[in-house]
Formats: sequence, structure tokens, C-alpha cells
Amino acid sequence: MSVLVEDKPGVLARVAGLFARRGFNVESLAVGPTEIPEVSRMTIVVNLEDQPLAQVIQQLDKLIDVIAIEELSVQAGIERELILVKIQVKERDRTALKQSINPNICRVVDESDSMLTIEAAATPFEIKQLLSRLSEFGVAELVQSGVVAIGRGPAALNEKLRTGAEN
Amino acid sequence: MTEKLTGAQVLIRSLEQAQAEVVFGIPGGAILPAYDPLMDSSKLRHILVRHEQAAGHAASGYAWASGRVGVCMATSGPGATNLVTPLADAHMDSIPVVAITGQVPSPAIGTDAFQEADIRGITFPITKHNYLVTDPHEIPRAVAEAFYIASTGRPGPVLVDISKDALQAETTWWWPTEIKLRGYRPHRSASDQAVADAVELILSAKKPVLYVGGGIIKASATNELLEMANLTGIPVVTTLMARGAVPDSHPSHLGMPGMHGTVAAVGALQQSDLLIALGARFDDRVTGKLSTFAPNAKVIHLDIDPAEIGKNRAADVALVGDAKQTISRLNAEFSKQLKNGRTIDQAAWWQSLNRLRDTYPLGYDDPHDGSLSPQYVIQRLGELAGPDAIYTAGVGQHQMWAAQFIKYERPNTWLNSGGLGTMGYAVPAAMGAKVAKPNNPVWAIDGDGCFQMTNQELATCTINEIPIKVAVINNNSLGMVRQWQTLFYNERYSQTDLHSHSFPDFVKLAEAYGAYGLRCDSAEQVDGTIEKAMAMDDAPVVIDFMVHQDAMVWPMVAAGTSNSDIKVARDMAPVWDRED
Repeated sequence: MSVLVEDKPGVLARVAGLFARRGFNVESLAVGPTEIPEVSRMTIVVNLEDQPLAQVIQQLDKLIDVIAIEELSVQAGIERELILVKIQVKERDRTALKQSINPNICRVVDESDSMLTIEAAATPFEIKQLLSRLSEFGVAELVQSGVVAIGRGPAALNEKLRTGAEN
Repeated sequence: MTEKLTGAQVLIRSLEQAQAEVVFGIPGGAILPAYDPLMDSSKLRHILVRHEQAAGHAASGYAWASGRVGVCMATSGPGATNLVTPLADAHMDSIPVVAITGQVPSPAIGTDAFQEADIRGITFPITKHNYLVTDPHEIPRAVAEAFYIASTGRPGPVLVDISKDALQAETTWWWPTEIKLRGYRPHRSASDQAVADAVELILSAKKPVLYVGGGIIKASATNELLEMANLTGIPVVTTLMARGAVPDSHPSHLGMPGMHGTVAAVGALQQSDLLIALGARFDDRVTGKLSTFAPNAKVIHLDIDPAEIGKNRAADVALVGDAKQTISRLNAEFSKQLKNGRTIDQAAWWQSLNRLRDTYPLGYDDPHDGSLSPQYVIQRLGELAGPDAIYTAGVGQHQMWAAQFIKYERPNTWLNSGGLGTMGYAVPAAMGAKVAKPNNPVWAIDGDGCFQMTNQELATCTINEIPIKVAVINNNSLGMVRQWQTLFYNERYSQTDLHSHSFPDFVKLAEAYGAYGLRCDSAEQVDGTIEKAMAMDDAPVVIDFMVHQDAMVWPMVAAGTSNSDIKVARDMAPVWDRED
């Protein structure tokens, strides 16, 4: 889900604390500034097994610093994740490795005798596939961002912010 | 020329501007700058309590009895952490309280400084909102927002933590003319469609019940509710938080539902085909085992807090909005439908409920050894002190008996710790209520266990001329826990004997605090003792009612079981179905 919040100290703790108290396991969380001054956007991926999301959205909406919330399913949203990964690579495997990665989502950003560092930005599904392929070569270090997402179509989440006062 | 003020002066002026009149608190290092200009304020009365927990509960009692925002103040560290219990209490029971705490100077925050505690972090889950202010210019905004948030929508506590350097620094006075919180939308209104749908469900129900919670009192919607009850003839139950929302003498009132509710109230909910939940939250003490609660009922759920809808029980019609407005709209729509020729026939429903009401009235047996019955004491107290008195309670058996055996006729005359179940609530809450309503008698009905948690405030009451009356229902033990040990732990009384028939001597204790102390240990003395206490209005009074130890609260739905398995006495279940 996408959550617009006031860019104030402690907001992340409020949101994270709410998820923790309600027993939700947060799979990933990405926070950054938005097009609106003093408003940050969180993209939160939660694993829903039998917990009702609607209820946690209502709880989240009760936080004074939470301005707007949008639930984005995989179909309704465009999702991206960023990884940086170091692959320990033997000289004879280097070409094979370079050929095996999809240039549309990956590029080599650092290279040394025994190591290749690859950057990839793609959907979580593509990232998962890529990591599974890379694991054959030996992953030395992996850093992965949280998923960020945006809704498809012309609607913008900040419209809720402008109309919010009337609700 | 702009006037230069310290942050502390701005804080005091902000509290005045927010219409605060009374502050319960204790000074200490970090909040000390605020106490200096407080001394000069002609608008703020500060009441110096003996423990910060009492400041919080007193603010809550004050808020509940007055309908205003209650204010408490404490210093950093332990002063602030002592407010944690009353803040959690006010959060659970939706009481508008603003807590002002001092914080260590901002450069010292995070250094484990003397008397430092991250009270904002600590109170995240137990406040409606909270602030840490380190810039003196931000103090007015924080105070104004705190009062606004505490008192609007679903009320609740708000904490404003202010660093000592912000209190000491110079700034200029300003006051926000308008509160702009883009993430806070307390004013909601149910759609016309939802109102129409609700009325349609009511008109087609055969066994409807008005399940009334504390939100009705918070929303001052009791007149509208009374109109609804009269208009529809639907039976009413009032939860622990809603006692007094409908007069107990009203013919449609079936009593309190829940773990210690009346058979008629519990049975009505269980057998209902339509629960009209008004400002109630389907608390586990009301529903019993949730999956077996009111199994055949549809639900209309009215609440100002959308997060309550569907939290415990799915709603067929959700009415998110102010109870006063929404019930008015329901009444108007219902009247319109009646004019259109629609009818509501509940004769059969009332017949079956009347049978439950007549067969299983609230009652108790007198102790066989001739000792004093706690229920009798509380019943007589209610009858003698009457519906104009304000009653507060601690938590436990005495609380349940006070909810059962006192007849409440008006809202805001029954103050207790419902959600959190905070022992020790009664005395400080009574103190706050008496400050709010000096012309009403205020009775704290307390247990001997509870009383020993907060009775130090008798000193505060004596010194500040707050003549509360305390009825200690002294059964020598932690009575409710003992009752559970009797019922569920094979009568093994582990750590529940307080020996309070012997120590302390509550009469001497009262006298030591400058209060009157009376003792009563027989039924013959009860009326005389209460009347004597009622005549003593120049100081607090404590009555030590030495009651029987083994009295139990009945009816009872054992925790985790179905409401249908309610017992009216030990091993005695009511007979439900007698379909005529």
C-alpha cells in the first residue's frame, strides 16, 4: 500500500509500531520525499494471510500524521525494486554471466578481477528471477531496496490530499 | 513592538487560551520553568497531587464530569512515566485529556540524561497523538492542536512533551487562528443511503436491541437516544461505559450486558436478530466468546471511529458519524416510515424478554454468618445518595456491584475504568469530578485493594478543600481475583488475602490525612453511617465498610465462554427457551 505521511520525526516509528502491534509482518518498506513539500510517501508491502487489510488501513488512517492511503494490488500498481549485488566471478564465467543478464533491467556498475557488481531495477518478480539466476554464480553481497509503487492510470494519490479536508 | 515571552510563559498563556481552568500536576526539574509563570496565572487553578498517576486520573475524572478537556502536568522521566497508566486508561475509555510533560534540554535528549525518558516514544500506542516540542515558537500550535485532537472525533489523550530549553528560551506570543491537520478528519457523516438502510433493517427486525456504549455519552447523544428508545420501543442495554445513557428507570432498559450483566441484557443480545450498536465497540467483556456472540443477529454499527467498524464483528450497515446527529437522522427517517404506514411489532420479543427480566432479576444472598453484604451497602448507598451524586469506582467486584446495584438516571454520573481496568482509579477520578462539579456529591466506591493504590490523594483533597466521599468496600482481599480462585483455581487463594480488615486501619488512615473516618460492619449501621457521611461536607470522608469476604459477583459469563453459558449463581444457568 502507498501511504502519504507528514514528513516529521517519529512518523516512521508510529507506522511501524502500528504494524508490529497488530501482528503484521512488513515484507518491505520504502520511504522518500514526494512532489509535495513536507509530505513523504511510504510504500509498504505486507504479507496478508488471514488478517484483514481494511482494518489495518483504518487503524493507520487514525494516525494524525497519516494523510492518505491507497491500497495497490499487483494489478493496480506499477512496482519497482532496486538491487545492487556483488557476484564473485571466475574469469571463465565472466562472459557467461554478462550474457545471462537482461540488459533492460540490469547493468554492471563495478568490475574488478574477481568481482562484478550489478545493478537492477525491475518488478519484484523479475528481481526474484534474476537473483535465482545469479545465485548459480555465487552472490557475495546483496542489498535490496523496498518496493516502490505507483497507481496505473491518470489518478494521483495527492488528489486525496487536496480533497481530504472535506471528508 | 512584539512582546518577548519565555516558552514557559507562552505555555501557560496557551493553556489559558485553550480554555483550561484546572491543571493537576507535580513540578520537577524539567517542567520547573512552567511552574513559575503558572504561579501568576489567575485563570488556571493548579492542584498539587501526590503522585502523577493521580494527576492523570483526576484529569480524566474532571473531563468526564465536566465535558471539558482534562489537563495534567508532570516533569520528565519518572514524572512522565507515572502518567503512562492514566494515559493508557484514558486512551482505552476515550477520555479527552491533555498531558504536558517537561523533557530534558534538547541537547541532552538521547544521552541518558538525568530524569530522561522518551515519553513520546513510550506513549505512541496509548495516546491519540503526541508531540515533542523543542522550539518555543511551536508551543502554541502544539497546545492548540492537542486540545483540538483530544476533544474532537473519538476523544482521547494527547501528550505534549516540551524540552526544558524550549521552556526557558525567549519567543513571541502567537495563537493559531485555525487548526490545519490534513491527516485528521474527525467530522464524518453517514450517507443518507446508510441511514435509510439502517431504518429498513430496524423495521424488518423481529428481535432488535439497542446496544448502547460509552460513545453515546461522549457525543452527548442521550436525548436523541431516549427519543429513539421511545419512538421504536426497542429494548435497550447499556454497557459498563454507558451506564446512565438511558435512565435505569426507563421501561425499555434491560440493564448492563456482558460478563456480569443481567440475564435479560445478555439474553437479549444473544437471541437478537438485529443489534443496533451505538457508540459501542463489541468489547470481549460484552461479547464473551466472539464466535458465539449474538449468532443470528444482523448488525447496524454507529461509531465516530471508522476503525471500530468490523474490528470485532462485521457490520451489515455501517454508520460512521457523530452519534447525536446520526441518531437524530435515524429518528427522523423512522418517523417518516411510521407515517408511511410502516409498523414495528415487538410484542412477542418483549414477552420473552420480560420473562427473563422477571425470572432473573439482579439479586444477592445475604452472608449466612450475619456479616455485612457488600451488595447491600452499595445498593443503599445508591438509594441514599441518589441520582444527583457522581459515582466513581476502582476495578473489581465493587466496580461490578456499583454498576449493577446503583440506579443511574443521568449520563456522566458513573465514572470508572472500563477498558484498561485500572485499580486505583476511584479516588483520583472522584477528586477530579468533585473539582468539576463542586455542588454534586461525589462518591468513590472503592475496594480495599484499589484504595491502597491511590489513597495518598486524600491529602490533596483535604488541603485543597475537595470533599469527596469514599466508600471502601473492604472484603479483606483482592475480591475479584479471589472470586476467580474460588471458581477456577480450586479455592486456592494464592496472594489475594490483603488482611485489610486488620491493616491498615482505614479510619485512622483517613484521620491522618485530615479526612473523617467512619467504620461500619453491620447492616443496621449502613444507613446511619452513609447519612452521617452525607452530612460531612467540610472535609473528605472515608467509610470502611467491613464486608463479607466470600460474596461473589453474579451473574457471570466465565472468560472465553459463550454468553449463552451465563450463570446466575454458581452452577446455576438460566432457562433460555420457553417458546410459547
